[in-house]
Amino acid sequence: MKEHSLTKRLSSALVPAVPYLWLGVFFLVPFLIVLKISLSDTAVAQPPYRPVFEWSDIAAFFSGLDLENFALLAEDDLYLRATLSSVRIAAISTVLLLLVGFPIAYGMARAPERHRSLLVALVILPFWTSFLIRIYAWIAILKPEGLLTQALMGLGLTSDPIEILNTEWAVYIGIVYAYLPFMVLPLYATLEKMDDTLLEAALDLGSTPWRSFWTITVPLAMPGIIAGSLLCFIPAVGEFVIPDLLGGSETLMIGRQLWSEFFSNRDWPLASAVAILLLIILVIPIVIYRDVEARRVETRP
Amino acid sequence: MNRRLSLFNVTSLVLGFAFLYLPILLLMIYSFNASRLVTVWGGFSTQWYGALFRNQALMEAAWVTLRIALLSASMATVLGTLAALALTRYGRFTGRTLFTGMIYAPMVMPEVITGLSLLLFFVAIDLDRGFWTVTLAHTTLTMCFVTVVVQSRLMTFDRSLEEAAMDLGAPPLRTFFAVTLPLIAPSIVAGFLLAFTLSLDDLVIASFNTGPGATTLPIKIYSQVRLGLSPEINAASTILIGLVTIGVISATLISKRSVMRSQRNAH
Repeated sequence: MKEHSLTKRLSSALVPAVPYLWLGVFFLVPFLIVLKISLSDTAVAQPPYRPVFEWSDIAAFFSGLDLENFALLAEDDLYLRATLSSVRIAAISTVLLLLVGFPIAYGMARAPERHRSLLVALVILPFWTSFLIRIYAWIAILKPEGLLTQALMGLGLTSDPIEILNTEWAVYIGIVYAYLPFMVLPLYATLEKMDDTLLEAALDLGSTPWRSFWTITVPLAMPGIIAGSLLCFIPAVGEFVIPDLLGGSETLMIGRQLWSEFFSNRDWPLASAVAILLLIILVIPIVIYRDVEARRVETRP
Repeated sequence: MNRRLSLFNVTSLVLGFAFLYLPILLLMIYSFNASRLVTVWGGFSTQWYGALFRNQALMEAAWVTLRIALLSASMATVLGTLAALALTRYGRFTGRTLFTGMIYAPMVMPEVITGLSLLLFFVAIDLDRGFWTVTLAHTTLTMCFVTVVVQSRLMTFDRSLEEAAMDLGAPPLRTFFAVTLPLIAPSIVAGFLLAFTLSLDDLVIASFNTGPGATTLPIKIYSQVRLGLSPEINAASTILIGLVTIGVISATLISKRSVMRSQRNAH
């Protein structure tokens, strides 16, 4: 009996231990390594940075660390501009996503119940198809002699090719298009549960639809608005594929900067420093997101 | 109250879904274009599909991608299910805050950070980059998504069934395989499918962690797209979209049927 309970306890301890260890090794440790390498010097070698750790020489390990890479980030205003521009692009995209996503989620929540699961499936379906392909599809549309120009010329709305590809506008379109399901689904989840009698009561008491929208619908949808906005804003700040394929060389974004430090300049320590910088910008939104999400999952009926 | 769709609701739904589907539809139509120019219609043709299947490099990349996706999704499903059980059944164990942090962070973290940090880790432990490093990286990312999917099912789970089995003398492990697992199986399948597609689709993390002989389809497509649009990529995309659509529709039908069956049994 005693043996039985021991194996029982051992096997039950394995359940959290295995995924915990996995994430510790493949998520937490890699971060510490990034932090370490961001503090070390570039070496012309393979791999292109100084060795990570030698137990024999702990004093040298610490004295070898310096803030050179971060000083470089601070000196060269390219990184500051890239950071600011990433945050700006991500913020504008999030607002656009709210503007586009809210009416869709609202329409879904008001659709007859028997159609709703189909509508949800239709929002999710594009998400299952390749992200890269969905961005690629926009190149053909936005190109100067592309399908959008052809359509507008055919309708007689314009006679000149429209220059959208390789501008920031193309990046906004790409982000809104690719992230729309992440905005619509949390919004729909909160709007669907909304009690319509509140709106009715407000209308009966003489409120205008516009006013009841702002005083009732928006506050009730707030958890969905916050979750959706964070779910879009955080990855958008570090987005690489969309600015790279649609934004042209003019669009500065930090994720792209990291990519080129790593792949083109082969400066791994500097790339790590850029990663740490990006993480510092995002740590607060990520913590808020984790709390919102953990609460949302745990309070679900 | 009977919810009614206003004109505004209908318009926003129509425009919203047109926005979501039109680009994909155009891409698919132009994969049947006879012209080499992707945006000029030159008549109907299936020549690009033939060219696609004769493209050895692309076919090889597709095969590598498929193997990585199957393997990493399988590992992620096991790890994610365990993590979901840990989060729902173990109360406040030590380090729970760190654990939930590690589950939620990779899902929103920019892929460039995850990709770079894993690569530096693999270099530090001196593991050659290639098939396995991409597989391990994808397992780590996708297990978090599996966790969330399975966790939300476990939250709504009727525990009295488990308790009944235990009261009747079933040991915990047997209870898990005979009662819990069948009940959460649909969410595990959903988690697996999500992990599988995420792995198929990933460009950034794979680019950082790949090595010789492990060029995945997204990496291949990306390098071709950078050189310009090609109708072959349109054809490849159309096939991928077709496969995914069939997969999603059949998964929906299967889960619908199992829901209906369990409802019937309940009555």
